[in-house]
Amino acid sequence: MALDRWPVLRQLRGEDRLGRGAAVKSERSEGLTPRTSSADEVVKSICPYCAVGCAQNVYVKDGRVVHIEGDPDSPVSRGRLCPKGSASLQLTTGEARLHKVLYRRPHGTDWEELELDRAMDMVADRVLKTRSETFEWEDGEGARLRRTLGIASLGGATLDNEENYLMKKLYTALGAIQIENQARI
Amino acid sequence: MGTSFGRGGATTFQQDLQNSDCIVIEGSNMAECHPVGFQWVMEAKARGATVIHVDPRYTRTSALADVHVPLRAGTDIAFLGGIINYVFEHEKYFREYLVSYTNATTIINDRYLDTEDLDGVFSGLDRENRTYDFHTWQYEGMEVQAASGQRDEQYQDRAGGGGTVRHAARGESHGSGGAAISGDPEHDPEMLHTRCVFQVVKRHFARYTPAVVEEICGVPQDLFLKVCEAVTSNSGRDRTTAFVYAVGWTQHTVGVQYIRTAAILQLLLGNIGRPGGGIMALRGHASIQGSTDIPTLFNLLPGYIPMPHAHEHESLDAFIEADAPDKGYWGNMRAYTVSLLKAWWGASATDENDFCFDYLPRLTGSHSTYETVLAQMDGSCKGYFIVGENPAVGSANARMQRLGMAKLDWLVVRDFSLIESATWWKDGPEIESGELRTEDIPTEVFFFPAAAHTEKNGSFTNTQRMLQWHFMAHEPEGAARSDLWFYYHLGRIIRQKLAGSADPMDRPVLDLTWDYPTEGSIEEPSAEAVLAEINGWDPEGRPLASYQQLKDDGSTSCGCWIYCGVYADGVNQAARRKPWHEQNWVANEWGWAWPANRRILYNRASADPDGKPWSERKALVWWDEEKAEWAGHDIADFSSTKPPGYRPPEGATAEDAISGTDPFVMQPDGKGWLFVPSGLTDGPLPTHYEPQDSPFRNPLYRQQRNPVRQVFKRKENRYHPDPESPGSDVFPYVVTTYRLTEHHTAGGMTRWLPYLSELQPEFFCEVSPELAAERGLEHMGWATVVTARNVIEARVMVTERMTPLTVQGRTVHQIGLPYHWGPNGYSTGDAANELVGLSLDPNVHIQEAKAFTADIRPGRRPRGPGRGALVEEYQRRAGIGEETGMAI
Amino acid sequence: MTLTELLRTAGGDPATNAGYRDHPPRMGFFTDTSVCIGCKACEVACKEWNHVPEDGLELTGMSYDNTQGLGADTWRHVAFIEQRKQLGSQEPGVFHDGRNGSTAGGSSQLRWLMASDVCKHCTEAACLDVCPTGSLFRTEFGTVVVQEDICNGCGYCIPACPYGVIDQRKGDGRAWKCTLCYDRLSVGMEPACAQACPTDSIQFGVLDELRQRAAARVGQLRDAGVADARLYGHDPDDGVGGDGAFFLLLDEPEVYGLPPDPVVTTRDLPAMWRHAAIAAASLAAGVAATFLGRRP
Repeated sequence: MALDRWPVLRQLRGEDRLGRGAAVKSERSEGLTPRTSSADEVVKSICPYCAVGCAQNVYVKDGRVVHIEGDPDSPVSRGRLCPKGSASLQLTTGEARLHKVLYRRPHGTDWEELELDRAMDMVADRVLKTRSETFEWEDGEGARLRRTLGIASLGGATLDNEENYLMKKLYTALGAIQIENQARI
Repeated sequence: MGTSFGRGGATTFQQDLQNSDCIVIEGSNMAECHPVGFQWVMEAKARGATVIHVDPRYTRTSALADVHVPLRAGTDIAFLGGIINYVFEHEKYFREYLVSYTNATTIINDRYLDTEDLDGVFSGLDRENRTYDFHTWQYEGMEVQAASGQRDEQYQDRAGGGGTVRHAARGESHGSGGAAISGDPEHDPEMLHTRCVFQVVKRHFARYTPAVVEEICGVPQDLFLKVCEAVTSNSGRDRTTAFVYAVGWTQHTVGVQYIRTAAILQLLLGNIGRPGGGIMALRGHASIQGSTDIPTLFNLLPGYIPMPHAHEHESLDAFIEADAPDKGYWGNMRAYTVSLLKAWWGASATDENDFCFDYLPRLTGSHSTYETVLAQMDGSCKGYFIVGENPAVGSANARMQRLGMAKLDWLVVRDFSLIESATWWKDGPEIESGELRTEDIPTEVFFFPAAAHTEKNGSFTNTQRMLQWHFMAHEPEGAARSDLWFYYHLGRIIRQKLAGSADPMDRPVLDLTWDYPTEGSIEEPSAEAVLAEINGWDPEGRPLASYQQLKDDGSTSCGCWIYCGVYADGVNQAARRKPWHEQNWVANEWGWAWPANRRILYNRASADPDGKPWSERKALVWWDEEKAEWAGHDIADFSSTKPPGYRPPEGATAEDAISGTDPFVMQPDGKGWLFVPSGLTDGPLPTHYEPQDSPFRNPLYRQQRNPVRQVFKRKENRYHPDPESPGSDVFPYVVTTYRLTEHHTAGGMTRWLPYLSELQPEFFCEVSPELAAERGLEHMGWATVVTARNVIEARVMVTERMTPLTVQGRTVHQIGLPYHWGPNGYSTGDAANELVGLSLDPNVHIQEAKAFTADIRPGRRPRGPGRGALVEEYQRRAGIGEETGMAI
Repeated sequence: MTLTELLRTAGGDPATNAGYRDHPPRMGFFTDTSVCIGCKACEVACKEWNHVPEDGLELTGMSYDNTQGLGADTWRHVAFIEQRKQLGSQEPGVFHDGRNGSTAGGSSQLRWLMASDVCKHCTEAACLDVCPTGSLFRTEFGTVVVQEDICNGCGYCIPACPYGVIDQRKGDGRAWKCTLCYDRLSVGMEPACAQACPTDSIQFGVLDELRQRAAARVGQLRDAGVADARLYGHDPDDGVGGDGAFFLLLDEPEVYGLPPDPVVTTRDLPAMWRHAAIAAASLAAGVAATFLGRRP
């Protein structure tokens, strides 16, 4: 440390004779910058909670999200966020999130871990099996149905439009019609 | 709102609330549930607006309002109907607006009979099948043609009905387009004809006097009149009033009619399509509007095109013929439908094969989430995907949700953490009570970790129909993936497995356009490529700019016609972020709103019939004579060059049939509908019915409840005795459920977060000091709350914010239950939805969670088998059986 | 001459007195509780930005306040007060007839006050006066900040605070409190709480401008019949020389858990003065030790 950063000396030499401000400013305080300034990138986003649609700035450093706050440019939210939106960092980077596929076999008493590819393959098999077993071409009066009532889906209101679109498109092609979301819940 | 105005979206946008002179928040707790949107209410208040909060509870919204009106949960139609009556009585309606822009002058046919004539039901009731034949509700001198979704009724005519399960959800099928009528109705411009809509509506509401409002709602007359005075004195040429609602209006057995009542009132006052006016629907999830626009709903295809029904929709032509009106924008339904089929089945969809119309699966009645649960319990539905929802906590009659899942072959849950819907087989309430044993449950369960909004590209459609793009900040970690990834790759794998199949069942899957480019190390499909498909392409493969370019010959493709234009010029319009301070207050250059980036719907009505603003203070769009086009602050929700003087020539169809003075362009007659001749299952006008479970008789009629509400005769879903019948006193209190600011829905995105959990750490119930004294409840002690469905426990919050009301001469207490909690997560508690029964609105199949009855007593609930035994004891004591509450 | 008098005679601006030449204007908070909706966004935004730990789940029953007060792990705290009082011309609609022997009888008045509390960043800050290490210091913005790299956990500042704001963190020992987001201020950003606040109840800005704005707002509310509206901590002549974070309240300060007449604990108290003198004397040695001891 350079001698001229020694607080006592700064206090004696400078105008902060009582040692209350400039003279006692620590090295950390001196070099303090907000992590928003040191971020590599500011990614534009939208709050995932309610439908107000508050705009968020997502600050990324070294490939990780380091902060999320309101985007002052938004005509809807003007940079403001409620407590949920303000907790977006904890939501997205918190310890509560899981990152493994879990599987419970029939009559099983606990979870088992599963590789993602294997799990996807198993789900695809089950979709096709249930569809084959429950496919209906016609109702009792001979009217065309071309569907399955064996497969249902619930969810969508928290998803992106593009996700809902692929869901509806795939399910419809498979003949599944019991496709629902929180709009009724 | 679809049936009244033509589209099912909020008519205005949140920022426009700042222009209101009076804001009535009813059926919404805006400050708590939409705090950031509430800034616009505070802006209005700072400019001198009167803010009124009508709600059973005094909430954080009430604390900031000028007037709080506590009312009995489930009585809003009576309250709003009372204001309508006041408007008629004191001639406070906006006559010129009414005559020009609504169907007030239209004559109704002479077979129509009102609830006033038939003691609480409308003409056309089929008591045996619990349905209405709507034919007697028609206009005079014209045939009502089947509208979007309502072919069901004709199906019923032919097939002989089949009870409530035959209903499809019609309310939503008007999400972007009104019902269909053809011909020219008769009018009385003086509105004196006894059968003109004005007179019919006036008579219908005449009994909703201040005294009746007090008797039903428990609102003292002077307080009620204060609201009437505020609303009417802040409406007219120079002033506007806005209504704000949320699920406090929709979650009832007459939910759609709640909103209809507000729509009638706002049309009478001339508040639709004008700045500071409108009806603001506040939705509770980031893209719940989007998930009805591009529906993950059984009864709809993208853009509110109805799903075809068995029998009646054998061919594309028959489908269009049946569902498309010839006037209004729905007149182009064939173009919208063919373009959708081209988007999905590409080159396989040809004119010769009806553009693969036959590939669409067919409906046979209602297949809503609640019928699905019953089908699971009965074993016919075997596989279930749960994607970002938590029905084991968040859906009505949560126990039934779990019992249904326990019968499945397989279950896929996609979420951030192990929510209750993923772990019920291991540690759910039925495992604790001994009703289910883990080892006996055959269901295979897959839990897939979901990606967060920061880990994927995509668009949300917010509560004001505005699409906003969010960008990926980084790829998700581990096995976490977006739902876009999951469904794209699931489809890819399934198509691989089916490759080469000759089974006609597999054709729709194999012919599907499914070749999205992928990006990055995890092969994430390009969300922008999906958006481009939703937007659609012209015959040369260029992005379309507007749905008006769509063709019905297969030359254009479009995945959702109302979103056409969101990718105009190949630019992601939803990603536009021009700062608000660099544009006017409407801010059309931020994001993109449907339809066609218009922010206030029906805004042609902000100008008088000649195209001039009603007043300078309330100017929004106007006819620019010089340029011969509509100009203004917002984009006109009207053909941009159609002059006010335009009158449709004989035989005009689609938008050409809409005159230059008709603002409600989706409606076949271009009018706002005070009276709905077709499109609703439970009546052309709203009328007060008591909730399914209510401690009071309906004082208006012998008809107690909505006669065509959906009820289910299941032992897991018993209802409470009729009021004033033996056993009715067993469940004497009114209950309403709600959210708190600090949590979100069923808690999957909040109860696991320490920063939010510490703010509201535990499930509690709110009661008045009087109820606490009556039942011996202690502040911060425990209470047990019981219905015929289940029993839960909660910590007790005694507060004077809960007020007893006087209804029909006696005191009624209300219990408040926030519904966020469940047994998993960091902050835990019982789920309020255990108590809620399945009784649904017949139009949209939404459950009645906002008004039911219960008993409350001090102490904790029983553990183990005692839990079910207590519910059974209550059922016995109340004499509840399978017929209880089932009367029409 | 007491320390505070010494400061006052030295010119009044705390940053100038603390040795800053050409410093920015004094910045502060004006918290207008009349528009607070009690959403607690300020609490969460503060914790997220400053990495303040969660400090326990406790349903208190104190209305919707489960935070309870400011402390080492709570730098913004929203108080909720349910009162049988009239708020201007507001019509609450409730009526408690006191049936069934409840104590609620005969009341149709109700108001629900909400207020976000925070460190006051006093002009005459006792915490700073007594800090022996120079950890607590006055920034160029006139705010009072604990330097976490300096604080040795001696705890002298804790009883010194007339508002009971500053506190030691369990398991850490050091003193923590609101920094008015010192790091954000350095690049012209507003503090996290003020940025998040949905209704602009928390306003950040140049203190002099905030005081003018606040005076106008009180006048407006009083004209509208809210006779209870008053400012708290705005007066440079009060016991702490005025607060850098001041409030518009709708009732007596005690109702919100605020001291009615806070006095800088180091004023006119010989014992404290001696203590401060000792502290000042030990400063050089203490700080020197800290600095030299942390040589990289």
